[in-house]
Amino acid sequence: FNILTYQQHSDASNQVKGFNQSFLILPYTLNRDLIFIDNEWHESCSGRKMPVHNPATGDLLCEVEEADTEDVDKAVQSARAAFQLGSPWRCMDASDRGLLLNRLADLVERDRLRLATLEALDSGKIFLMAYFVDLMATVKTLRYYGGWADKIQGKTIPVDGEYFTYTRHEPIGVCGQIIPWNFPVMMFAWKIAPALCCGNTVIIKPAEQTPLTALHMACLIKEAGFPPGVVNVLPGYGPTAGSAIAHHMDIDKIAFTGSTAVGKLIQKAAGDSNLKRVTLELGGKNPNIVFADCDLEYAVEQAHSGLFFNQGQCCLAGSRVFVEDSIYEEFVCRSAEKARNKVLGNPLVPGVDQGPQIDQKQFDKILELIESGKKEGATLECGPTVFSNVTDDMRIAREEIFGPVQQIMRFRSVNEVIQRANATHYGLAAGVFTNDIDKALTVSSALQAGMVWVNCYNAMSTQCPFGGFKMSGNGRELGEYALQEYTEVKAVTIKISQKNS
Amino acid sequence: MLRIVLSRTLPRISRISNCQYSAAAIPVPCAQPEVHYNKLFINNEWQDAVSKRSFPTINPATGEVICQVAEADKADVDKAVKAAREAFRFGSPWRRMDASDRGLLLSRLADAIERDTAYLAELETLDNGKPYAVSYSVDVPMVVKCLRYYAGWADKWEGKTIPIDGDFFCYTRHEPIGVCGQIIPWNFPLLMQAWKLGPALATGNTVVMKVAEQTPLTALYVASLIKEVGFPPGVVNILPGMGPSAGSAIASHMDVDKVAFTGSTEVGHLIQQASGSSNLKKVTLELGGKSPNIIMSDANMAEAVEQSHFALFFNQGQCCCAGSRTYVQDTIYDEFMERSVERAKSRVVGDPFNMKTEQGPQVDEEQFKKILGYISSGKREGAKLMCGGGVAADRGYFIQPTIFGDVQDGMTIAREEIFGPVMQILKFKTLEEVVERANDTKYGLAAAVFTKDIDKAHYISSGLRAGTVWINCYDVFGAQAPFGGYKYSGNGRELGEYGLDNYTEVKTVTIKVPQKNS
Repeated sequence: FNILTYQQHSDASNQVKGFNQSFLILPYTLNRDLIFIDNEWHESCSGRKMPVHNPATGDLLCEVEEADTEDVDKAVQSARAAFQLGSPWRCMDASDRGLLLNRLADLVERDRLRLATLEALDSGKIFLMAYFVDLMATVKTLRYYGGWADKIQGKTIPVDGEYFTYTRHEPIGVCGQIIPWNFPVMMFAWKIAPALCCGNTVIIKPAEQTPLTALHMACLIKEAGFPPGVVNVLPGYGPTAGSAIAHHMDIDKIAFTGSTAVGKLIQKAAGDSNLKRVTLELGGKNPNIVFADCDLEYAVEQAHSGLFFNQGQCCLAGSRVFVEDSIYEEFVCRSAEKARNKVLGNPLVPGVDQGPQIDQKQFDKILELIESGKKEGATLECGPTVFSNVTDDMRIAREEIFGPVQQIMRFRSVNEVIQRANATHYGLAAGVFTNDIDKALTVSSALQAGMVWVNCYNAMSTQCPFGGFKMSGNGRELGEYALQEYTEVKAVTIKISQKNS
Repeated sequence: MLRIVLSRTLPRISRISNCQYSAAAIPVPCAQPEVHYNKLFINNEWQDAVSKRSFPTINPATGEVICQVAEADKADVDKAVKAAREAFRFGSPWRRMDASDRGLLLSRLADAIERDTAYLAELETLDNGKPYAVSYSVDVPMVVKCLRYYAGWADKWEGKTIPIDGDFFCYTRHEPIGVCGQIIPWNFPLLMQAWKLGPALATGNTVVMKVAEQTPLTALYVASLIKEVGFPPGVVNILPGMGPSAGSAIASHMDVDKVAFTGSTEVGHLIQQASGSSNLKKVTLELGGKSPNIIMSDANMAEAVEQSHFALFFNQGQCCCAGSRTYVQDTIYDEFMERSVERAKSRVVGDPFNMKTEQGPQVDEEQFKKILGYISSGKREGAKLMCGGGVAADRGYFIQPTIFGDVQDGMTIAREEIFGPVMQILKFKTLEEVVERANDTKYGLAAAVFTKDIDKAHYISSGLRAGTVWINCYDVFGAQAPFGGYKYSGNGRELGEYGLDNYTEVKTVTIKVPQKNS
């Protein structure tokens, strides 16, 4: 066991604004720092460990066993055995799979405080956000898919000829799942819930920056009663463990959430190996279109949280705010004011609304892009950063920044803004602010984005599908649509002596 | 975890055969459970009837009164409908609630019922007479599963967006119907309550439920749990009362949007007429049956005998889907009969609180007399009495497990629903013949065939006009699988996804747009 006492320091980040509160002392126990395979805890085959840091202070939180190719092989063997015809998992009533997911949700609820604290420490996100947003979404996702388990229905089909034909909606098999560091525990639930609900077995690699909540979830999975091998949790690095999963000849499907650059590698790896099924949730450079006939203050606020939520580290971030000419100046002024009032600081302290970026690499990348914005002629309004007078060709208007940097552009007409909004390889989300019903319906139909929000932003719910057009990914997560990605359809046709309708 | 342990040690919770369950898993019951609730439940409050009248509910094992229960009549139905209508108002807490939260409430209700399994099983056995071991290991667990199943549907019942011609954006909303009247029978009091509440509440309706006068107690206890877990007032209202007064008031009420009835075909006719005479409320009916159970010569004999026995005698023969016409192929008739008689003779009839009992009393004196009447008619019309045929105890409403052989299709016992422990065994020669004879009935609830031949199984299951066909099994139920009747056995389906249709109004919304694109 690693026991760590966490004490917050007021000089955590060089952007903290004179915060003089007494800090909480949070005793913290990491239950497990090992690899979870077959409901057991293993050391890594290589003997190597990975450091896990607190991005608010740079301190080392602990070390975790590092999974690589051999560990992936072990996990695949375990997941494959758990998937054998006749295994407890395969023979279990579908309603019991659902019951297990609901039990897991109960346990997450029980450990909500611990999980939210771990999450804030490990990822730098605001503790209150982790508690009220991330953990709530995690519980709801597990319960939602718990409810689907015994409602996954095939069909009986009136084919031509003397046959009785039906489809079975079978699980695909062993699913590899690679998740990012921006919403660690929520991404964990988004991945395992539909997979398990459909009866698959899973090997999941949390991000190397944020393995801790995934490992606690592994404890809960065992406690809830999932049979051994059904879920295996392997902390490790992308180029080693992640790549091993993507190339593995005995993994039937891979689901990846992360950058578009790595998404391309995953797709190549699948083609190179066994043509495993691939679903991808990648980046975005999402347009948020504000018409003059909207509620201005509300639109400013929504655009603000639409960009700055989670330290700007959202694939959904509304990072190109298109504002209609006649309200542009006012909009920029109010947005800058809002950004200036942001309280940066330590994520566990109440009253702080922006924590640190996840690591040095992201930190450097964001600063570099901010420089490029200045150099290419955008107007820097303030920091946390708002750029106005941004033109479409600037790097800050084309590349995903993944940080607290808002771009505000001017537009004149509906057709122009639709065309500019769509002029990107990405296509994840979009927002439209207007009171006019025609504009709302026209623009939302025209935008090439998997999710379009009208008069809101980041309005997400477990029942609603989530995913990208174009290079923002393929396939959908959440909602009923996610089930398709974890199902193989088998058609069975039986010869009969006489068919009747 | 207890639930998962139980469902592994108890094979197929949904059916029960002679002592396949471990008696060690079932706690010793209290044979005199206390009754906590015996009034009307309206708007989350307990109330006397407006008339102040009450009626006794009887313990059928002894014939003694358990307690008095408030008796709802038209005035109380009016109050309940008002409460339900208010709870359904546009903008009300129930209408504005997230669908997933409706699901959460149903889940919490299932948890509370599971918590109180032992007590509910005791109360069910006291009021209905079914063996405690069955109440505990079959009825209550099936209630929990049904509610959990529908809890899962609440936020998954989706409308569509539809590509119509023209510059329009078109979609459907799956809305609740409104105030739903639900009238449930006495043969599976708790389970019938769950089958009704699950889909109605998952889809967002409000309910006025009349429970059977023979068995009101467990439903009223569940009402207290409905309040405990947090359903808003008026969403569920439960009224103990009589059919001709309270039931009729619901069926003819001008402000009830839909009525769902489970009970006899005779009363089903009345409900449908009442709807036509009042406000054309939507009607779904689950009525009687005279279900054929067909045993082919290539069936596994031991399995067929045991399942056929269970198909008829389960729940004291008081099942709408009881396999009450057992058609046996002539070449195996004698052996089948001999084994069936042996099995019936060994059926343990007695005190339902005794763990060894397989068969308790019939539910009341009216049923008791009716069944004895059918047995007399069987003897009179020339069927051969193979075993049983009489009263089984000198107190309570116990009847001996009875088998008639050489039954002809025209006999009263072969045509009318007996609803008691009386098995009819008939002989047949060919497949085509038996399908025709099996279909020659006004009913069409269930049917079964026992055979190893894949083609015969198909032919028969396609040919039988019945809402459920079982192959090499009987009385297999799941919350996931729809159940309902052809012809006079009813209309509409309960359970499964199909069950949601009956509690939904589909609204199509069409919006003009400047330019439609695919």
